[in-house]
Amino acid sequence: MALAMNDATAPVPRGRLYRLWDSDFGYQFRRSPVAIVASVVLLVWLIAAVGAPWLAPHNTLDLATLDLIDARLPPAWLEGGDHRYLLGTDEQGRDMLSAIMFGTRISLLIGGVAVILSMLIGVILGLASGYVGGRVDAFIMRLADVQLSFPAILIALLVNGVLRVLMPRNASETLAFVVLVAAITASGWVQYARTVRGSTLVEKGRDYVLAARVIGSGRLAILFRHVLPNVIGPVLILATVQIATAIITEATLSFLGVGAPPTRPSLGTLIDNGNKYLYSGEWWITVFPGLALVMLVLSVNLLGDWLRDALNPKLQ
Amino acid sequence: MKFKTLAFSALIGLGLAAPAVAADEPAKTVVFRFADQGDALSMDPHSLNESLQLAFDGNIYEPLVQLDRNLKIVPALATDWKQTAPTVWRFNLRRNVTFHDGTPFTADDVIFSYNRARGEGSDIRTYVGKVKEIKKIDDYTLDFITDGPYPILPNVFTRWYIMSKKWCTENRAEKPVDKRKGIENTASFKANGTGPFRLKSRDPGTLTVLVRNLNYWGKIDGNVEEVDFTPIGNAATRVAALISGEIDMMEPVPQQDIARINATPGLQVLQGPELRTIFLGMDQKRDELLFSNIKGKNPFKDKRVRQAFYEAIDIEAIKAKVMRGASTPSALMIAPGVHGFDASLNKRLPYDPEAAKKLLADAGYPNGFEVSMNCPNDRYVNDAEICQAVASMLARVNVKIDLVAESKATYFPKILSRNTSFYMLGWTPSTIDAHDALYSLVASPGDGGQGQFNLGAYSNPKVDELISRIQSETDDAKRSAMISEAMKIHEDDIGHIPLHQQALAWGMKKSVSLVQLPTNDLFFKWVVLH
Repeated sequence: MALAMNDATAPVPRGRLYRLWDSDFGYQFRRSPVAIVASVVLLVWLIAAVGAPWLAPHNTLDLATLDLIDARLPPAWLEGGDHRYLLGTDEQGRDMLSAIMFGTRISLLIGGVAVILSMLIGVILGLASGYVGGRVDAFIMRLADVQLSFPAILIALLVNGVLRVLMPRNASETLAFVVLVAAITASGWVQYARTVRGSTLVEKGRDYVLAARVIGSGRLAILFRHVLPNVIGPVLILATVQIATAIITEATLSFLGVGAPPTRPSLGTLIDNGNKYLYSGEWWITVFPGLALVMLVLSVNLLGDWLRDALNPKLQ
Repeated sequence: MKFKTLAFSALIGLGLAAPAVAADEPAKTVVFRFADQGDALSMDPHSLNESLQLAFDGNIYEPLVQLDRNLKIVPALATDWKQTAPTVWRFNLRRNVTFHDGTPFTADDVIFSYNRARGEGSDIRTYVGKVKEIKKIDDYTLDFITDGPYPILPNVFTRWYIMSKKWCTENRAEKPVDKRKGIENTASFKANGTGPFRLKSRDPGTLTVLVRNLNYWGKIDGNVEEVDFTPIGNAATRVAALISGEIDMMEPVPQQDIARINATPGLQVLQGPELRTIFLGMDQKRDELLFSNIKGKNPFKDKRVRQAFYEAIDIEAIKAKVMRGASTPSALMIAPGVHGFDASLNKRLPYDPEAAKKLLADAGYPNGFEVSMNCPNDRYVNDAEICQAVASMLARVNVKIDLVAESKATYFPKILSRNTSFYMLGWTPSTIDAHDALYSLVASPGDGGQGQFNLGAYSNPKVDELISRIQSETDDAKRSAMISEAMKIHEDDIGHIPLHQQALAWGMKKSVSLVQLPTNDLFFKWVVLH
């Protein structure tokens, strides 16, 4: 499987996409309805989120277009609904559908960037820790222990405090993004490092690693060309789970005031906001963003699940 | 290693088991479980001037004079007081009162507490009046000598509580620590007052337990023996806790859930007017705003800008949609019911976004400008929602608001150190007199408590002069006229943008009876559980 992936990324005359489609990997994808549905849903989400400024019926980021008179309208098909607002409006008169599209955009961006960053850091440190061993291993793992004792929220407050002093005073929106990404990254890398270290310890004693060493491959080459493809499976699974965690952490931080400002709500902020209205029967304010989050996370998870099976040579 | 771990967990096990047994035994203890949207941030009654903290700490500590159920002044640790000369107030102190640790209460504790409340680190300097000197006549008699005539001195004395000199000295808590600098000391976590309840345990942000003071000098009307106070920030969780019977009372009930709770058997919502006025303040002092894209000048110094902000806000829409009708829009910084309230002045400028745009253009901002707005999200009823609504209303006149909404634990330290350009605050005059609002919110920041909460440093010498005259005027008609005059000038200057008075909504079991003060103070001594 690892070989097939390498082939797919190598420059070939017939076009990469076709090669990927035609490969083992592509074959497995075509045979799995779950993977197909999940990736279609995810694709639709990505398009909706990325294209929000052009596709959304209202620009909810432009505060001037909000009208309090339209606040808390039910979805269009219910009594009292307004055809302009398909999924109803929240307590500020925001169109829920548009708010969800813009919110997903913010959440995905923060979640995605944070997860990629923490994966990069975690994988590199984990590989180094597992392969080199000794002092390096001890140092990195103790660092991880220390890191684990700080929850993301604490780190976020710390990062926030430091950056607010360093950054220009009128930049709280950009700052929020940096703070959120830094905090989620800082608390997320440990799990990757731990997972990769464990798998690396197992893999480094394998014959193929010995063989690679015998033919004179360098350390880095062995690590990244041979060990990495064999430990990356669990990491990808972890990453899909972490995207969900990242979105939830982001919502928590936003509530505490270090995250996204309430005027630019992310998916998590929207859910948190609507939560207040559950008892009063205004369910749509929280249910729709909640469903959006569930669909998003579920499709990412299902895709990750399938990926795990597809990437595991033992299951083929 | 193994053994040590075992021994350790056994110890923990024992520690956990012991209180569990103790809690089971006296099953008859009348426990009142109470939740609020935030915590009383410190047990030190001088460290932060916030209603919830002062109200909560007011169950443990007591002032010299206090307000009764009808907001009339009644004796507390002073039994009687009179003016022996225009500038001298004599207070006779209550005898045979002891602090919770057994130390007798004397005049030395009063002098110590007065200096503590007036001194460095205190947030309640606004309640100490202007006293030149305190003369100790004997252990139970004191003379307060004021700079000038100060007829309302007893009225302002309801909010500084008496602490034990001995206890504070022993615990090195002689000075209140400044919450704004984020420092805490023993008095922040422990308490030793004379009040009807004493502090049993304190776990900030989680649970604070008070127990009835069996040696209390007065009669306690209620039957509560223990109070468990839990802050529950999330409104829906708070409602759920009440419905599930986990707590006996909570406040505030979110407006959207009032009908839901009233419809639940055994529960009710006690609603009433609150004396708190919610308003917005603007930095009018700095030459350049801390958080704005306008450099080199401060737009809020221009009255036209302040007026534009005022007229851009549709208060009726906020009332109808955000507050669901449960608010009284206000043009004044005080509520009806506060002494000195003048209904003829209570007329808001009209909501007029076009006029606002024109005013901004006249002031030199035809394309608007950007400014940050600071807002709490767990202090006042729908506070963050109001700020968001204001932000979108201002966006329609091209003012771009960068909204920073946060928990009061970080919000108050920030704005009280005047680290803001545009902020929201609520104020209840604790003396139920307009002078308190004028002195704390409107007067130019000066010595001691003057203008201590005038965070945007609005300043008008004419108003300052009126305020000092109001302070010493004894004739009520003249005094009221001066209050109205000062209010009028402040209103015309648009020193602040008043929004509304919120309504109180306390959710509770029907088996609970208590006294709802319009100051939103809850005194456990009046709570009865049937």
